[in-house]
Amino acid sequence: MKKILLIGLKDLTIIFRDRVALLLMLLAPFLLTLGMGLATGRFSGGASGISDIPVIIVNQDKAQLGNALVDVFNSPALADLVKPTASDDPSAARRLIDEDQAAALVIIPSGFTDSVLPTSQGNIAPKTDAVKIEIYTNPTRPTSAGIIQTIVEEFLSSVEKVNVSTEVINTQLAIHNLPQMTAPPVGINDTDNFTTIKYVNSGNAEVPFDILAYLAPGMALMFLMYTVSYGGRSLLQERSQGTLPRLLISPTSNAQVLGGKILGVFLTGCAQMGILIAASSLLFQLKWGDPLGVVALVLAAAFAASGWGMLLTAAVRTQGQVSSLGSALMLIFGVLGGSFINVNDMPLFVQPVSKITPNAWALDGFAILAQGGALPEIATPLTALFVMGVVLFGVAAVLFNRKGILSGNQ
Amino acid sequence: MHPILEVKDLAKNYGDFVAVKGISFTIEDGEIFSLLGPNGAGKTTSISMLSTLYSPTSGDAHIGGHSITKDAMSVRQMIGVVPQELALYDDLSARENLRFWGQMYDLSGKTLQTRVDEVLEQIGLTEKANERVKTYSGGMKRRVNIGVGLLHKPRLLFMDEPTVGIDPQSRRAILDTVKELNRQGMSVLYTTHYMEEAAELSNRVGIMDHGELIALGTQKELTRQVGQTETILLRLDDAQAAELLAGAIRGLPGVQQAEANEQQVAVITVRAEEALPIIIAKASEIPLKLRAIEIHEPNLEAVFLQLTGRALRD
Repeated sequence: MKKILLIGLKDLTIIFRDRVALLLMLLAPFLLTLGMGLATGRFSGGASGISDIPVIIVNQDKAQLGNALVDVFNSPALADLVKPTASDDPSAARRLIDEDQAAALVIIPSGFTDSVLPTSQGNIAPKTDAVKIEIYTNPTRPTSAGIIQTIVEEFLSSVEKVNVSTEVINTQLAIHNLPQMTAPPVGINDTDNFTTIKYVNSGNAEVPFDILAYLAPGMALMFLMYTVSYGGRSLLQERSQGTLPRLLISPTSNAQVLGGKILGVFLTGCAQMGILIAASSLLFQLKWGDPLGVVALVLAAAFAASGWGMLLTAAVRTQGQVSSLGSALMLIFGVLGGSFINVNDMPLFVQPVSKITPNAWALDGFAILAQGGALPEIATPLTALFVMGVVLFGVAAVLFNRKGILSGNQ
Repeated sequence: MHPILEVKDLAKNYGDFVAVKGISFTIEDGEIFSLLGPNGAGKTTSISMLSTLYSPTSGDAHIGGHSITKDAMSVRQMIGVVPQELALYDDLSARENLRFWGQMYDLSGKTLQTRVDEVLEQIGLTEKANERVKTYSGGMKRRVNIGVGLLHKPRLLFMDEPTVGIDPQSRRAILDTVKELNRQGMSVLYTTHYMEEAAELSNRVGIMDHGELIALGTQKELTRQVGQTETILLRLDDAQAAELLAGAIRGLPGVQQAEANEQQVAVITVRAEEALPIIIAKASEIPLKLRAIEIHEPNLEAVFLQLTGRALRD
């Protein structure tokens, strides 16, 4: 065990003396997080990182649902997030969007309520005649515009639920020859139904969601994949520079050499994540959540990612191949695992695939912790990452053995 | 003396290619034994098997009584290896490298510290011990490479062409180090393709060619094989001229053998002073300009030439 530790610590020392590696391991994810934080307005003072999104609302409906949507935008729940302005002129409002004066324009057309809600007699207008709300977005503010779009979609979804319930109830009432009911008003009280960017934890205490709590782990995890592929590459590098054969003729077993190399990759991954977490906590005041959970998740993520790094090393022949495939893997896993786009926003067929990445599981865990969850609540991601690591290390060990990487007889 | 190393029918094949063809020899305790041969002769493969890096295809060897095939860990404790290529961590200092490798040989605490200091002194790098190896000259790196092999005071040291590609001063220092280590009681298996190194260092020499051990003995025993011959080395302007001259003087009276090696021709004669005027006359006749002439007493070069019909080449 001592030699495993010595080899691992030696690798950690060497990698932390490589300026280029440090640049990619630490500075790149840090700067990307910083850049994305700036782009999303996280550093402009809003609690959520995004605040006071300027939105123009043209309410031509002036009926129950149109007014309800206006109320939603003006509700106290969204007071910090959006800054709605009313307008009667859609053309003028569009010009304001084109001039980058607001993030989005919401046009509630005349007759919207009538097209959606059942009449007083309980009849519902045919869906084909439904009048659609128009959202005109500012392409230079995709994140803010996306939030406005989400609010409107959640509102419509809420209306749809109420509508379906009413329809079902009326069907039952009709069967029993009882008087029909109309839909209850949808208003600001229904904002509780929204999946807004607020999260209620198990203790029912609201924890404001910080956009950086999503971006920072996303970037850290993506570059963790770079680190582990770099670490895996060091095994092939040792072989070509002659230090691996030298290790193999010292009184050190093959298992100790392999264990040491794996430990080196793992320790480097942990150190990278640890430094990024510490730096973002200190510099961005980012709350990562329960420290015990964060430590456990970092260990598990580094373990699973190291497994990928070793598998990659075992599967290829040269350092160059590890380097190119490692970079590709980093980006693919970054995208699939949700470092750029939330996994839930991806096409349905992609979502299960994302689960092969340590990024997806670890991001799930970090999101839970950032939103107030504790260690027991991240048991699933922790288990998944651990199992992933064990399986990948097992396969890598078989490949190493088969290819004779840890013996001179190649 | 007892043998520290006994090699019996050691062979290594790579598919159809036979790298080492069942070699056998022994090294006595306290002896410097050189394996002399050109590149590709099988010297490094032999050392790789003896140091337990490669498994032999057949045969075995015992180091201090331990089989290299059955008891590799015990063998590894007894040997030190200085590989032909540098095997160091460039981003670590000489001291850090030595500490790490010492720990791999189970040294720790005060013993480790003392040995690291002693070895740094021995290789003359105490002053620069804390600088990263990547900042060192080629010769300094070679010295660290040797130092790593000495840390745990091995009973038998394998040195695989340790002087390749270094300046004459560093080469001299390495040869002196080998002699000093041997004086302190360490047995050494030294591989080289430089005849002079083998001649200067070794108690006994094994000559290898194409994976075979073609001659074995003390320098005297080996040179006796070529009889009372002398070697004339003729230096010309270029390799083409050397080839031309070698062809022209073969068969001349007193010339036993003539081989061109780059811009040089090695001529084995019974009596150099009798053959030389005839050779010079032939060269003038062609005509070819001789740049330098050297006459050598019987040596290992001549032995190799006689055994293989070829000169030892880089």
